[in-house]
Amino acid sequence: MKAVVTVMLKNGVLDPQGKAIGQALSGLGFDGVGEVRAGKVIEVELAETDPAKAQAAAEEMARKLLANTVIESFKVEIAA
Amino acid sequence: MKAGIVVFPGINRERDMAIALERSAGHAPRMVWHRESDLSGLDLVVIPGGFSYGDYLRCGAMAAQSPIMGAIRAHAARGGHVLGVCNGFQILIEAGLLPGALLRNQGLRFLAMDCHLKVERADTDFTRHYQQGEVFRAPMAHGDGNYFAAPETLDRLEGEGRVIFRYATPTGEITPEANRNGSQRNIAGIASENLRVLGLMPHPEDLVDPLMGGEDGKPLFDSICAALAA
Repeated sequence: MKAVVTVMLKNGVLDPQGKAIGQALSGLGFDGVGEVRAGKVIEVELAETDPAKAQAAAEEMARKLLANTVIESFKVEIAA
Repeated sequence: MKAGIVVFPGINRERDMAIALERSAGHAPRMVWHRESDLSGLDLVVIPGGFSYGDYLRCGAMAAQSPIMGAIRAHAARGGHVLGVCNGFQILIEAGLLPGALLRNQGLRFLAMDCHLKVERADTDFTRHYQQGEVFRAPMAHGDGNYFAAPETLDRLEGEGRVIFRYATPTGEITPEANRNGSQRNIAGIASENLRVLGLMPHPEDLVDPLMGGEDGKPLFDSICAALAA
C-alpha cells in the first residue's frame, strides 16, 4: 500500500512562500484569493498490507523525519 | 586543541573553516567524512556550511540522519565542544542538539551580504576573546536562516542565557532592519545548556585574515583554541 503524507507549516508559522504565491495569483487577476499556504506531499510505498499498521508506520516516519514537528504538522492517508 | 571538521556531501565551506581553525590553532584540523563513526581524540567537532544533501526535504534533515551524527551526539553528551555554522547550525537543530527551527528567510531571498552580530555573552568558551556587547561584522549567505521557536522555548533560551549572538546595527542596536532574515528576537546564534554546543548562521570563519577584508571573526576561533589548549 501507499502512504500519502501531507506536510504543512503549522498555523502561526510564517509562510512567505504561500504569501508570495497568493500575491502572484492576485497579480494574475484571480479575484478573491485569501490566505495561501504551501506545503509538500510525500508518497511512500509500503510492503505492509494492514492499513492500521501502515498508518502507524507512516506516522512514525513523519514524526522522525518527514516533518519537523517544531514548525510543521502532518496528515497521513493510506491508499490501497 | 584537536579539531575535526565533518564533511557531508554538498558541504562547501569546510576549507574556509580549516583555514580559520589553523590560523588560530597553529595546526590543521582533521577532516572527517560523514561515513566515519570515530571522533575519539577530538576536542572540538565543527560542522561547516554548505548545502548538505542538496538541502533535500529540509535544510540539514538528511545530514542529521547520517552515520557520523551518532558520534557527534555522543561527543556532545560527554561534554565535548561542537560548533555548527550556517548549514552546520541547521544540522544541529535538525539533529535535536539545539532547539527551534530555521525557516525560509522572511522576504524569500537568499541573503549574501555582511551582517553585524552583537555578542550577548562573552563568557563562553567560544566568545571569551570578544567583549560583552561587542559588535562584529560577519558575512552571511543563506536562504533558510530565519530562527523560529515556540515562545516558551525562546523565553527559556533567554532565561538560561543561551542566546549568544543577535543581529544588530553596526552600533549595536537590535532593530528589525538589522534582522534581514526575520529571525525571532534577532537571534543569530544559540548554545546548548552547558554552552558547549554553539550554532550560528553567519560565517565568522570568512573574516579571519586582513586579506579577507578583516579579522572580525578571528576572536571566536582564538577563544575556542585558548579554551581547549592542551
